[in-house]
Amino acid sequence: MAIYLIVALDVLNGISSLFLLCLGLAIIFGMMKIINLAHGEFIMLGAYATVISANAGVNIWIAMLIVAPLFVGLVGLIIERCLIRFLYGRLVDSMLATWGLSLLIIGIITTIYGNTQQGVPTPLGGFSIGSYQSSYYTLFLAGMAIAMMALVYGVMRYTRWGLIARATMQNPAMAATLGVNPTRVYMSTFAIGAAITGLAGGLVAPVSGITPGMGGAYVAKAFMTVVGGGAAMLSGTMSAASLFGAVNQVGAYFTTPVYGEVLVFMAAIVLIRLLPQGISGRFFKGNL
Amino acid sequence: MNFSRRRFLRHSALATTTLIAAPAVFRSGAFGAENPIVVGSLHDQSGPIAASGTPMVYALQLAVDEINAGGGLLGRPLKVIHYDTQSNIQMYSQFAQQLAVKDKVDVVHGGITSASREAVRPTFDRFKVLYFYNVLYEGGVCDRNTFCTGTTPAQTVEKLVPSAMKKAGKKAYIIAADYNYGQITAKWMTKYVKDNGGEVLSTDFFPLDVTNFGTTISKIQAAKPDLILSALVGGNHTAFYRQWTSAGMKGKIPIASTTFGLVNEPTTLDAAESDSILGSYGYFEELTTPASKSFVEKIKKAHPDSPYVSELAACTYEGAMLWAEGVKKAASIDRMKVIEALESGIAFDGPSGKVSLDKPTHHTTRNAFLAEVKDRKWSVLESYSDVKPADTASVCDLVKNPTDTKQYIINL
Repeated sequence: MAIYLIVALDVLNGISSLFLLCLGLAIIFGMMKIINLAHGEFIMLGAYATVISANAGVNIWIAMLIVAPLFVGLVGLIIERCLIRFLYGRLVDSMLATWGLSLLIIGIITTIYGNTQQGVPTPLGGFSIGSYQSSYYTLFLAGMAIAMMALVYGVMRYTRWGLIARATMQNPAMAATLGVNPTRVYMSTFAIGAAITGLAGGLVAPVSGITPGMGGAYVAKAFMTVVGGGAAMLSGTMSAASLFGAVNQVGAYFTTPVYGEVLVFMAAIVLIRLLPQGISGRFFKGNL
Repeated sequence: MNFSRRRFLRHSALATTTLIAAPAVFRSGAFGAENPIVVGSLHDQSGPIAASGTPMVYALQLAVDEINAGGGLLGRPLKVIHYDTQSNIQMYSQFAQQLAVKDKVDVVHGGITSASREAVRPTFDRFKVLYFYNVLYEGGVCDRNTFCTGTTPAQTVEKLVPSAMKKAGKKAYIIAADYNYGQITAKWMTKYVKDNGGEVLSTDFFPLDVTNFGTTISKIQAAKPDLILSALVGGNHTAFYRQWTSAGMKGKIPIASTTFGLVNEPTTLDAAESDSILGSYGYFEELTTPASKSFVEKIKKAHPDSPYVSELAACTYEGAMLWAEGVKKAASIDRMKVIEALESGIAFDGPSGKVSLDKPTHHTTRNAFLAEVKDRKWSVLESYSDVKPADTASVCDLVKNPTDTKQYIINL
């Protein structure tokens, strides 16, 4: 019996980390239609911000929850001003530019910190269910996923700023005639997307290997999830993350980790074949 | 400007002569006076494998500098032509051609992953350039033009598995990276576990971009092994040790690994995550012999920011020195003469101890060491002297088949 609980926790862990890693991309890609191929490097920057400040003596929680999103949000702001703002509406060009950007970020981090970086130990420790062990950090990640979902939903749905942001994404010209400055809205939305990605990077830092190239492991899955989710930013991403996260973990448990990965890609292909508009194109129309 | 036909002819004749003569003049200026022996080097100094390649370049440079300080070889100085292969197999193929055809080097030291070695080995065979591969690998390369100076599984896994089993118990669970190194090493682990009367409960392979090991950790707990044997590779896979510790499993089931700590794992992980992991290699930076200490000191002095000085660096240094011994003995730089000299039982006392070349396999008989991580450093527990490359020897005999160029997959 205990083993099923443990597997359920694994599934929860897979879903919540996938959701956290995708949320920033869902905002940048889903709302702004910018294909940010440097998404993985934003995650890496968040992880580096966390481990470097934690190793310098900052409390691990502050490093993870405050330093990482602030730093990556700031980087996102600078990048939006210097690069992305020239690329709105130019889908292919934005791919090329952000791919170059990702190589540049990897290069800069390698030059400064080299290929080796001391990580931080995972906080919180483990607990046992029957004769099995699991980690409190898993539960913490799930809690963070729920909190982030609630936060983004609340801001988008109930605040004036969220209303303006949604209006601008839907019809920038109309929003501008009503007195909104679309440039500023784009700028802050991109920065917030980057900050959320940085937070995800900070949260995975204690449970992953920290290298300048670590972003590469996340970027493909993040895009798959966001595209599979479809137009609705929150409900789409959440449902796609649940599907792919669960398929991966259950698949890996009952077969091997290799098939776990294969099954996710197969699920994505089948999903896009059956629902070309993503999950939310069919089931959560009009939702956030 | 007054431009007569005669003046134009004179000028263009002069310019043409200069252009045609230039290479000859530069060439004799650059090479003619000293006429150095050229050593080619192909190592990754950027990209994911850079932490492995960087100390190897330092070690090769150290060996060449020492030989030059002692007057060079055959009265000629050595010169290194190094290319950064950027962790990219295509770069290996391209630069291998360049070393052979354009730079006309006398020997090449290089290649890190098995994939990169197999990309360049045929090129050096074709252009008849002597090739040294100085990295631990899965064994089985049988090629008269190639010398493999690193350890193979019969030299390390064979020591690691029984001592780990003696400490922990008979039931093992194998986790390995999903490419040729991990697959073949997992087979060797299985063989040695069975040879020592144990049992392998399960073998799991992981693609190199897997970052979440939650289900694996649950599966391991459900299987209840006495021991975990790991051949996980790369930065993403270090996440396993983190997640293992965060689940509170650290210390409950011991881990032995053929890859952990070859590059930088003990320094990137926390002490709580890496303590008491067992490993076995042909060299550890922490060896306290005078030769080892002075080797590490020289590298760290020249490059204070050098990553961990592992078997990779030590074997590169020893490989270069073995080659130099061969040239001295052959009294020539001719490829066949050097190969014959190297086959005549050349040996060198390097940082890892005595290393000698084995004629039928072109591999090395060398010392192996068993160590345990303690407070983010290796603590050497045992040493085994003069271990033979028995795995490759069981499939490869270059005395009988000197024209062989295959890598044998060893059947287990």
